[in-house]
Amino acid sequence: MIMAILVMAGIGLMLGIVLGWAEVRFRVAEDPLVEKIDKILPQTQCGQCGFPGCRPYAEAIAKHEADINLCPPGGEHGVRQLADLLGVEFKPLGAGKEPKPKSVAVIDENTCIGCTLCIQACPVDAIIGASKQMHTIVANACTGCELCLAPCPVDCIHMEVIHESVGNWKWRYPVFPIHEEAKAA
Amino acid sequence: MIGSPFVQREQNSVRRTMIEVMIALIPGTLAHAWFFGPGILVSLLVCGFFALFFEGFALLMRGGAFGTMISDGSALVTAWLFALSVPPLAPWWLYAVGILFAILVAKHLYGGLGQNPFNPAMVGYAVLIVSFPNYMTQWPGPAHLVNHLPSLSEAFDLVFAGQGSVSVDAYTMASPLDTVKTLLRAGVAKRDILGNPVFGRLSGTGLEWVALMYLVGGLYLMARRLITWHVPVAFLAAVIVTSAVLQKIDPGHNMGPVFHLFTASAMLGAFFIATDPVSGCGTPRGKLIFAGLAGFLAIVIRSYGGYPDGVAFAVLIMNVAAPFIDAYTQPRVYGHAKGGKVGR
Amino acid sequence: MTQPIFSFPGGLHPADHKAESNTAAIVPAPLSARYRVPMRQHAGNPAKPLVLPGEHVLKGQAIGCLDGRISATVHAPTSGRVVGVESYPIPHPSGLTDRCVVIESDGRDEAVPASRLDWRNLAPEAVCEELEDMGLVGLGGAVFPSHIKLEPAAGIETLIINGAECEPWITCDDRLMRERAGEIMAGVEIARHLLGAREVLVGIEDNKPEAIAAMRAACAGTGAKVVVVPTKYPSGGAKQLIELLTGLEIPAGKLSTDIGIQVFNVATSYALWRAAELGEALVSRVVTVTGHVARPGNYEVRVGTPIEELLQLAGGELPGATGQLVGGPLMGFDLEDTRAPVTKGVNCIIVTSDALFPPRPRAMPCIRCGQCALACPVRLQPYEMYLYAKAKDLDKAKAYNLADCIECGCCSYVCPSHIPLVDYYRFAKSELLARGREQRAAETARERHEFRSFRLEREKQEKAERLGKKAGERLEAGAVAADDPEAARKKALLEAAIERAKKAKEAAPPPANTDHLSAAQQAEVDAIEARRAQAGTEQTVADKT
Ligand code: SF4
Ligand code: SF4
Repeated sequence: MIMAILVMAGIGLMLGIVLGWAEVRFRVAEDPLVEKIDKILPQTQCGQCGFPGCRPYAEAIAKHEADINLCPPGGEHGVRQLADLLGVEFKPLGAGKEPKPKSVAVIDENTCIGCTLCIQACPVDAIIGASKQMHTIVANACTGCELCLAPCPVDCIHMEVIHESVGNWKWRYPVFPIHEEAKAA
Repeated sequence: MIGSPFVQREQNSVRRTMIEVMIALIPGTLAHAWFFGPGILVSLLVCGFFALFFEGFALLMRGGAFGTMISDGSALVTAWLFALSVPPLAPWWLYAVGILFAILVAKHLYGGLGQNPFNPAMVGYAVLIVSFPNYMTQWPGPAHLVNHLPSLSEAFDLVFAGQGSVSVDAYTMASPLDTVKTLLRAGVAKRDILGNPVFGRLSGTGLEWVALMYLVGGLYLMARRLITWHVPVAFLAAVIVTSAVLQKIDPGHNMGPVFHLFTASAMLGAFFIATDPVSGCGTPRGKLIFAGLAGFLAIVIRSYGGYPDGVAFAVLIMNVAAPFIDAYTQPRVYGHAKGGKVGR
Repeated sequence: MTQPIFSFPGGLHPADHKAESNTAAIVPAPLSARYRVPMRQHAGNPAKPLVLPGEHVLKGQAIGCLDGRISATVHAPTSGRVVGVESYPIPHPSGLTDRCVVIESDGRDEAVPASRLDWRNLAPEAVCEELEDMGLVGLGGAVFPSHIKLEPAAGIETLIINGAECEPWITCDDRLMRERAGEIMAGVEIARHLLGAREVLVGIEDNKPEAIAAMRAACAGTGAKVVVVPTKYPSGGAKQLIELLTGLEIPAGKLSTDIGIQVFNVATSYALWRAAELGEALVSRVVTVTGHVARPGNYEVRVGTPIEELLQLAGGELPGATGQLVGGPLMGFDLEDTRAPVTKGVNCIIVTSDALFPPRPRAMPCIRCGQCALACPVRLQPYEMYLYAKAKDLDKAKAYNLADCIECGCCSYVCPSHIPLVDYYRFAKSELLARGREQRAAETARERHEFRSFRLEREKQEKAERLGKKAGERLEAGAVAADDPEAARKKALLEAAIERAKKAKEAAPPPANTDHLSAAQQAEVDAIEARRAQAGTEQTVADKT
């Protein structure tokens, strides 16, 4: 009996030592969690999650202060990736967080008064212009965050949905009739 | 919307594939009927009927395109392989139970056509041999060795009305594998056993012909490019090597390669059972490993296991390992180095 | 010394249906009344239109210019007036519309003055620059801009000319080789010269004996070798032809030039000859029209010709026609709208009928029979990729080397379960591509955001420093200003500007006839305005990328 206990304890001790040594020896230098989360977030910097940008939201998630389903532009795919990364259950996007179709902001250049307010609001410096000069948006850099809409004193910015075109078209998931009998009827 | 290609190979469908397999099974079946009486035809009929019945039931329960799925022939192939693996002239309910496990449990509970991790016919066989071992050893003997082989109508009687006019002892005989197993256990010397008239030139008398006919059917499948050479070659090679080695180790107890090769179940296993693409391996190297190990296990189980035959268990065991083997034997894809000549 | 021939795994021997269209000579198509020339006819960025409606253009005049490095020039197919730059159906699997320049032919077919390019004596770089304006793209189907492929690259050993034309039904290269072998080889010589290739191999499938004979004759004395390869689809795939002729594989993620090989299609070589020797830009090509039409054959067609006119040229569709395919039956696509124009990439139009192209039977579950793996020319395991693509597990599909799939369709062709395998791969691939795009967009957005934060921080610091200095100065001067008059002035200006803009906006669309309206009319106008405003918010931004 004593022998058995000793053997078990010995084995346990040995395994413990090996594991402890391996932990130190083979430690993987990984990105800190925040970096990984930030990588998944779409970087629109729109603040729809309630944080002032993607990075702060990533930090909040890492500190367990925020839920993973608050980012509408990331969509379901984003939530799924976050759930995978953090090893938590997937949950659908929160109420009022439905993703909108991808859009870009467009400035009505006839109305723009060159106030630079939108330039200050844009989180990714996608608006070009100078004081009292007409402004315009670099469509390729615009993330569609809508942060420039509110500051404009003359309401000359609106969002335009990016429609499907030959350039961004994707092959569809193949669908064909499952119920051949039903189709024939 | 369905895109290119807009053309398909002609005369090519799941049904066609299954029909080809059934064509390949005909010579073996006829040889069986020739040597062991028409009982096999009755059991084939019964198994086929139950297979279609359970298949239809499952398809109706699961919804979907009933017409196409029931007529794909896969249930009939399963039934046929099963019927060739179990003794003919057993009571009908035995077949019903076997087919129930083959079709409902092994196939449809796992997702139906193309989804079963285990070979359905072998699952059915394994269930029966574990549950009803006594029925599973009552093989009819070759015509010239037994008193009276039941005719077709007597076979019907036997299957449906129990042991009607003919007594079991009148036609059954221990199969060569059984004989070897039981007599060796009883301590009879191997030389004496081989004097038993149930043994023929190569293996069991009659059975060796059935095995040859399976070989013919298998070669037909190969010629039709429905199976590749990998599985049969690896399986049979493993059977030969393993039995040769075992015979060398213990000549007094283990049978030689020729005997093992020409037992019908080894040929059936090599060309029809281990080649089942759904539950087996898909990559060329995977097939070699899969079939090689299955052949090895079959002989080991035959020689040292509790059951006379090992093909079914060997295949079932390897089924478990198939996805794993596949994952590690992916062929070298175009342009990927790894032991291939890529680039200049 | 015979050239060794290697082989590639898998492949098919489908019924080739070449005889329908390869007996008659190439027929030049008559002028059309109206051409619609898409700006996107090549791989890479679409060209930028250079002309405005109302302008008069000549045949061969550039109407679209390069946009970025991977792009190609587009030219007017005939002389006439530009009547519009508009969205119009183009031959593309999506069936979507894209930007086209519409030219109304003036019937004179006047060309811009052309001059021969002295390619032998100019520096290769200069020749490539000239060719950039000729709009050459790969005419075999990949439509990759040729001037990039012709750029002198170090260590090109072998130039392979692709005359395999392995897809069923298509015969345009076959006819071209039979009729214009000399010109093709002249073009090959130009390419060989530019690339500095040591060896030229012309690969042709053995089902085209006449073309082989013609090309052999044209090759005599040039050092180029015609290599006859056995007929097996997809021997005309660039990777497969390279494997056939040299036994080499292009390492994954690399280009053929990395192993010293460049491949051109015979039709591209021919276009190269026209461009260099005749100074003619690429405005026409040979198109096979075949299948369920009255007069199948090959037609030399200007780019921009409506496909429906081309079908009329071939005698029109026969009764029972069910649609049209662009390209071959194995890798082509269904044409959505016959008004779409012929583009540089259209090598074949096949009119389908139920007899020639029976509809694909209902797909059954995969039985893992492995036929697809046997047929795959790149040794993939199609059924595994299918399994994961179907489950939308894209990462797993990728792990099975989905990216190496050449979408040749061999697997779908042989599948006894009739599964449209390639459709699943195309779906998964374009989904992965889109994800990559999004990932890159996110990457840039993060960088820009981080830079902005950095900039703001820096500005704040600089401002603080400046203010500190200023305050110091002021203190020194003893002047304490309660309010900054400069700021107040700015604010007033801003407000005035806002006022002006508001007024301007209100008065912005001053419709001439809106004064003195009745109440009912006014209400109607208001409703229309409301609707317009709504529609305005849904306006499109075509193709942000
Ligand atoms: S050919 Fe079709 S049924 Fe056979 S393994 Fe491939 S996908 Fe599955
Ligand atoms: S389409 Fe892709 S997977 Fe299918 S055979 Fe061709 S290369 Fe292989």
